[in-house]
Amino acid sequence: MSSLAPSVRSAARFEPALMRRKLSGTVFYGACLAAIGLLMLALVALLVDVFVRAAPWLDIDFLTGVPSSRPARAGILPALVGTFEIGLIVGLLTFPIGVAAAIYLAEYASDSRLNRLLQANISNLAGVPSIIYGILGLALFVRALALGPTILAGALTLSLLILPVVIIASIEALKAVPQAQREGAYALGATRWQMVRRSILPAAAPGIMTGIILAMARAIGEAAPLILIGAFTFVTFLPNPIEGQYTVLPIQIYGWAQRPQADFQGISAAAIVVILVLMLVLNALALIVRARLSRHIQW
Amino acid sequence: MTTRLPEPLPRDSAPDGRRPAIRITAVSNHDRAGASAEPEHVIELEDVSCWYGSFRAVRNVDLGIARQRITALIGPSGCGKSTLIRTMNRMNDLIPGYRTEGRVLFEGQDLSARTVDPVAVRRRVGMVFQKPNPFPKSVYDNVAFGPRINGYRGNMDELVEHSLRRAVLWDDVKDKLKQSGMALSGGQQQRLCIARTIAVEPEVILMDEPCSALDPRSTLQIEELMAELKRDYTIVIVTHNMQQAARASDTTIFMTMGDDRAGYVVEQGETIDIFTNPKHRLTEDYVSGRFG
Repeated sequence: MSSLAPSVRSAARFEPALMRRKLSGTVFYGACLAAIGLLMLALVALLVDVFVRAAPWLDIDFLTGVPSSRPARAGILPALVGTFEIGLIVGLLTFPIGVAAAIYLAEYASDSRLNRLLQANISNLAGVPSIIYGILGLALFVRALALGPTILAGALTLSLLILPVVIIASIEALKAVPQAQREGAYALGATRWQMVRRSILPAAAPGIMTGIILAMARAIGEAAPLILIGAFTFVTFLPNPIEGQYTVLPIQIYGWAQRPQADFQGISAAAIVVILVLMLVLNALALIVRARLSRHIQW
Repeated sequence: MTTRLPEPLPRDSAPDGRRPAIRITAVSNHDRAGASAEPEHVIELEDVSCWYGSFRAVRNVDLGIARQRITALIGPSGCGKSTLIRTMNRMNDLIPGYRTEGRVLFEGQDLSARTVDPVAVRRRVGMVFQKPNPFPKSVYDNVAFGPRINGYRGNMDELVEHSLRRAVLWDDVKDKLKQSGMALSGGQQQRLCIARTIAVEPEVILMDEPCSALDPRSTLQIEELMAELKRDYTIVIVTHNMQQAARASDTTIFMTMGDDRAGYVVEQGETIDIFTNPKHRLTEDYVSGRFG
């Protein structure tokens, strides 16, 4: 690279210091690379460790079996089914309630102080430790509404836990739709509901769906609140949603990991692999849904 | 500076203060059709002021929009052209704290009356915006959007094709009706927005600086399209491009703003008069490029 000759006119008043400016850029680039490298290292170490421990235990019998006091015969079917049932109910509850609340706050309510206060509070709720929701669920669903320590009570509790996340993500997605889209719909003689239903919701759908799926992934990975409201660690039958005991994957993992025997550590690792795969599937689903819903969107 | 420079149009109010739906008023020598009567007005503004909260953006405007002609609203930035055009389909209602004073008459009916539903107004007075804003849907669904929400019962394929043809877009998009409307070029997107507006069969099309985001070639296409469309529609166009107003419009309304930053109408008349023989000094300064 040949360097330009300095211009006579401005040489006295500018000090370009090109080398120094370029160096600071290189340093920053290096710092970013180091940060991502460190993260990847930790993640890979964790995954390798889990997979190595899990490998001997992962087979079809593990997926279709029930827990046993002998690790060699233990399986996770009740936990898997429990997780699916809870996930299903959480999804059915949070989708309509969360999206409707977000539409109200973003599209209907005026931008008042009360509205902003409400949104700030919902954001705060998203940061409340999940164990607190466990206490709430215990008092409200298990005892006051007398649902008992059932899957339904657990799903209701987890729904409360992720609703703030769903609402905030949906509000952000709705607000990201340009105002010109609203005006465009109104200018064609749309009512407010038609504007929301046919113009804004489809445009916000990728963001909303991504938010919901990621929130679902969080709900499925939760153990703390469910322990508090009575999920079990040893369930040898497939759970009924509205009565009787149940367990879910994180709690099954927790139960096995507590045991001192090395073999139980192994099946715990195997269960972790199962839940990781589940998460991977959900995240992939989020990506696919996003790509599909946003195929017409470019702004 | 006087606030209201043009003489108010002659009024022929009925004893009860209401005005007939159709009024023929005198007289302009420059009607290009050669007729002696001034064309009737589809929209009339009577003493209209626009307020955003306590700020008056437009004051005491009287004007008429002639049927099946192109009326250009020109004036310097911030003089309230967009605000004023948006009173004609109650688009300003969407802004919290906004209110209109005075009367906005559409076919003789006061649009700002409480009994008038803005949703019904907007189907009959369509609008095309500054930045093309196609919906993130297919080309077809963009055009079908308005007819669908308004309960259109005819053949949708035919209506979509007809609207796209009227907007001179059919040949460009007939093979990609299922592709995203947002994938089109800027000029095509704006013509799609015009097709979308035509599809609900409005009587008036308001255009708020429709070409300011477009290149010169697309701009020319839109202007040609407007000239074509005025056979069936009344068009009002806001533009800060004087050449565009001179080229494309029949009637021109010149606005500017006063010391209180409220916009007002200085002069309105045949475009040729406004540009070649303006009555007011401010108009002359503006159209000759001395300010604005």
